[in-house]
Amino acid sequence: MYTLIYGFINSIILALYAVGFSLTYGISGIANFAHGAFYILTGFVAWNLLNHAGLPYCVSAILAIIITAAFGFIYYWILILRIRGIALAELIVTFASGVAILEFLMWKGFYGIRYSLPLFLKGGVEFFGVGIDYQRLFVILTGILFVIALYLFVHHTKIGLAFRAMAQNERTALSVGIEYDWIGSLSLALGSALAAISAIVILPLGMMESTIGIEVLIYALAVSIIGGLESTFGMIAGSFIIGFGQVLAARYIGPKWMIIVPLSAIILVLAIRPSGIFGKTKELEERV
Amino acid sequence: MKREIKKTRKKRLDRGIKARSDTIYVIASLRDIFYLIMPRFLPVLILILIPLFLGSYHKKVLIHACIYGLLALSWDFLASCGLFSLGQALFFGFGAYVSGTLNHYFHIPPSFTIPIATLGGGALCALLLAPVVRLRGVYFAMITLILPILLIKMIDTTGIFGGTHGISSLSAFPHEYIDTYLAIVSFLFILFLFRRVLNSDYGLVLMAIKDDDRAVMSGGINIYWRKIQAIFIAGSLGCFAGALITHHYQFLGISTFALDYSILPIAAVALGGQGTFAGAALGSMILVPLSESLRALGGLRIAIYCLILILSIISLPEGIFHFLSRKYHQFETIEEV
Repeated sequence: MYTLIYGFINSIILALYAVGFSLTYGISGIANFAHGAFYILTGFVAWNLLNHAGLPYCVSAILAIIITAAFGFIYYWILILRIRGIALAELIVTFASGVAILEFLMWKGFYGIRYSLPLFLKGGVEFFGVGIDYQRLFVILTGILFVIALYLFVHHTKIGLAFRAMAQNERTALSVGIEYDWIGSLSLALGSALAAISAIVILPLGMMESTIGIEVLIYALAVSIIGGLESTFGMIAGSFIIGFGQVLAARYIGPKWMIIVPLSAIILVLAIRPSGIFGKTKELEERV
Repeated sequence: MKREIKKTRKKRLDRGIKARSDTIYVIASLRDIFYLIMPRFLPVLILILIPLFLGSYHKKVLIHACIYGLLALSWDFLASCGLFSLGQALFFGFGAYVSGTLNHYFHIPPSFTIPIATLGGGALCALLLAPVVRLRGVYFAMITLILPILLIKMIDTTGIFGGTHGISSLSAFPHEYIDTYLAIVSFLFILFLFRRVLNSDYGLVLMAIKDDDRAVMSGGINIYWRKIQAIFIAGSLGCFAGALITHHYQFLGISTFALDYSILPIAAVALGGQGTFAGAALGSMILVPLSESLRALGGLRIAIYCLILILSIISLPEGIFHFLSRKYHQFETIEEV
């Protein structure tokens, strides 16, 4: 039971890591390698608002999410716009800016025990004999809400439909009046906002460190590689495979083997189905 | 009233020495010969002579510049066939670990471990990345980014090959000039070799794969096999660099998989200009001494490379080398329109 519950929680956490990355890539084709940096930047902003500006926790959390989303939006107009369409340059610029943010935070001394966000609610509940704290319940709740909200958003709102149109065919979308850069920047803002919300929910579980940014990016990439980047279902499945695999490995082999799980899963998936478990085979050669 | 608007434009003229293509020249005098040879000969001469005048610290900087230069060349080679790697550290680390473990556990001298690490490491990289060559662009980059980081964590947590502490007191080179010159000569050799290879038929196919892989496929060429070969070549080069630095420092650790070795070569290529190899070499010769002088800033150093990288991609996308070579090969005059 322990394995089942904690595997589930771990999987949800991984899915939260990956959702923003996968969404941005799916809509606009920008692989945002600065995703992990945005994630940890949110934590940093929230911490500063909380401890230096003296705002209440919920206000600073919401402000941090808004700031990160705005940052993603501006980031598009300042940097990405100039190199849009050149895959190599997009890759290098997003990756380099991500590393720059992380290294800057590291240089500012952003690590250690005092940098941690408080829990929303202290305490926990007993569930089939396994204790779960409220924060982890929040994580599960957020994960489920994300899936529902995203589904409703992309299927029933105008911007969501524009997103899907963009994902399906850029030129046709352009011809019916959906502006390319506008949607691209909004998708980046949405991806950053998702990263920020995940950060606010997940970060109180542990310490904040700028190296977590890289970890988030790795897991987001691992999940996308395993599940296939195009499909949301693949993303969820990928996070469940890694999530349960890690908890099982930690329980039955030893905690230090946790990291082997994503590595071996990636190598296995690549050897058997390079396009990911739910990536469509047809698109194997389209995966640019 | 007549309004006068002064408009100027830049007029560019090729020097008369060039006949039709980039590689065929008309040479009419000794001056022409010097004009052609000097940009190739002078840097070589300077690089070969300079270690004689440098102290041991600056010699280390020079070795570093050559090592990063090799990694940048290897990156540029992969990029010229359409494989964008974010993890040169993977190659570097493989080379370092193969040579280091061979030396430590089996006591094989560096004169054997370096060649073994070069070829064996390259083969390992090619084997590891072989399934991925079907994927292009972002996917290849994602996988090359993720592998070295996961390998660091694996070595860190399982403690194999010395774990976090690494393995020290490996065999050194017999004389300090040997590693310096090994680095310099191999760097120059690879630079000119790659330039030559890319102009040959083999290189033409590789560049065609980057431009349009379907067309190459329809020409009856197995592009996956070619890509694997390219990974082997680039991987061997990276492994050679790793093996060299391991024996130079007589130390093997997880730092060989660090992000520095992935970021700096890319920054060097972006600064110098992609596609000609000379740009990669020039970029690393500029960036590495610069980064050494920034060492006092500590962790901010990598942030600064990243900024240089972003700025150079956005503001000077062609790179320094292309810019300089244009200035060198063309007359530029400003004339009124």
